[in-house]
Amino acid sequence: MSSPLDKDVYAIRPPSNRSPLAAALSSSPSPSRFRMVFRVFWAMPIVTKLCTFWLTTIILAAIFADFIPKLADPNYQGFLFGTDVTNDGQSWHHWLGTDNNSRDILSRLIYGTRVSLTVAVTAVAFGTFFGGLLGSFVGYVRGRREAAIMASIDVILAFPALVLLLTVVTLLGKRNLLVISLVVGVLAIPRYARVARANALAISRREFVAAARAIGTKDRTILWREVIPNVMPTVFAYALVAAAVTVVLEGTLAFLGLSVQAPTPSWGVMINASRADLRINIWPVIWPSLMLVFTVYSLNNVGDWFRIRTAHKAAAL
Amino acid sequence: MLAARLVRLVATILVVSFVTFMMVNLLPGDPINALVPPESQNDQEFVEQLREEFGLNDPMMVRYANWLGDAVTGDLGKSVITSQPVAGEIWRRLPITAELALVSIGFSLFIAIPLGTLSAYKQGKRVDQSISAAAQVSLSIPNFVLGLLLIYVFAMRLQWLPATGWTRLTESVSGNIKSVLLPAMSLALAEIAVYTRVVRSDMISTLQEDYILSARAKGLKDRFILFRHALRPSSLTLITVVGLNVGALIGGTVVIETLFAIPGLGKRLLDAVFQRDFLMIQGITVFVAVVYVTINTLVDIIYMLVDPRIRKKA
Repeated sequence: MSSPLDKDVYAIRPPSNRSPLAAALSSSPSPSRFRMVFRVFWAMPIVTKLCTFWLTTIILAAIFADFIPKLADPNYQGFLFGTDVTNDGQSWHHWLGTDNNSRDILSRLIYGTRVSLTVAVTAVAFGTFFGGLLGSFVGYVRGRREAAIMASIDVILAFPALVLLLTVVTLLGKRNLLVISLVVGVLAIPRYARVARANALAISRREFVAAARAIGTKDRTILWREVIPNVMPTVFAYALVAAAVTVVLEGTLAFLGLSVQAPTPSWGVMINASRADLRINIWPVIWPSLMLVFTVYSLNNVGDWFRIRTAHKAAAL
Repeated sequence: MLAARLVRLVATILVVSFVTFMMVNLLPGDPINALVPPESQNDQEFVEQLREEFGLNDPMMVRYANWLGDAVTGDLGKSVITSQPVAGEIWRRLPITAELALVSIGFSLFIAIPLGTLSAYKQGKRVDQSISAAAQVSLSIPNFVLGLLLIYVFAMRLQWLPATGWTRLTESVSGNIKSVLLPAMSLALAEIAVYTRVVRSDMISTLQEDYILSARAKGLKDRFILFRHALRPSSLTLITVVGLNVGALIGGTVVIETLFAIPGLGKRLLDAVFQRDFLMIQGITVFVAVVYVTINTLVDIIYMLVDPRIRKKA
């Protein structure tokens, strides 16, 4: 009788825990930066390639939304002027139909991308910069400073994320894109700091750090030249997955009516505005939901791929 | 060990309550504006009288000390909008949210443990790959999107379950089960994905252990080995992750209770947020954070009970 357990127990494992791809990637002679990016792209499995492609597309769409020819005004309510009807199906004029205010869904989706991506990018920037540096610093210096900073981080993490976000956003009163991005960004710092600290702790115990210290390198130099460059790839891989969480968080706030104020379109706002008419027309809910799911899936997928890849590289360090 | 853990718990609760209090009171937006009806905004005397009544003229630390002293005796103040006691409101709504959370945790563990075990057992096979892919997709579906789809399919098209509202367990058992099913499922999907991944990776490393080999050598059945020998040591990370996930679950109940119009704690918090009912926001936020911190302390203690190695070290 054979069972999968047999194979697990008796299989002879290859000595290397690195995939041939990762090995090929890290041993390549340093080519130009452009070719490096290209090489990373080709090394991805097909699904991850598609995800990267999707993310690139929506980033470009968000940046150049104003220049897309023939794209309808996202806030134009044609039924007021007798030119369009509400809850219209797909047509040549409205590729994805219209919502319950006869606004063009495709156009609102594209402009809505701006909100999701702005919030995500701000959170990633704040998180990697402040959280990454803070975490690397305390992970390297240890001692009383580490205890103090980690204790305050634990207090912030004692609040469920959405509850804290709700409270802060409401109390601030103003709800434009800048405020929402900043709040989400600042609240992202503790989690990044934790990830960075855990990695900095491990890196600080490595031989090359001990060697640097043995030859009398200053702490500050060790931190900037040895610790931070080795912590950042892991933080970046985490940032992609954390960006997915941020996109969902903004969508949730918008769904609750607490993200950017009308008439700015956002995917969550669109879902919330159309859910009352779910029985009549489900499409105005389906399209922004698909945008959310695709984007979150892509960030998760690419993030997971980078995480596995940086883990291999760290093991080879 | 246990005592140290409890001291830390109390300290964290104090700090959390202080931070919440400061947050609610220091951020811009004078809470007095929520109290005064628009027509008497200019009536200085009336505004001043209200300030005095709610103690808004005292220094911050005095107000915190007063509020904390009352909170310890179970008095979290009164809603500035409805003048109902905040604590009473929490107790009335807690059973609903707790039932929702517990059903969704139970539901997700019931599915995730067998799935994760199967995935580890068939590591690298097509079944394992399919389960991992499905987990990644499930993780990418926001709970409110899933909730809307479930409402559309099961409430609107098939008309099997109610789309909104809540029937209490004391009113009707079958009605209660019907009203908890869809919201609990919306919350459970992402959890199933997370727990499946955790069980899978822990199980894979447990299956490399020598005692699994000796169990096989004794001729025990695979199923028996998996569930009686391998599951318990593989459930340690799972317990921690379930505890940590309670935070996401509480956030999830705010959204799902709003979507399904369930009169739970999350819905009450959101209502308070819209009414700028600052004592209610403060009370519910502190309560929720205290519950979350306490659960995670309990998890640490359970962890010690389940794993004799940790107990011995302590």
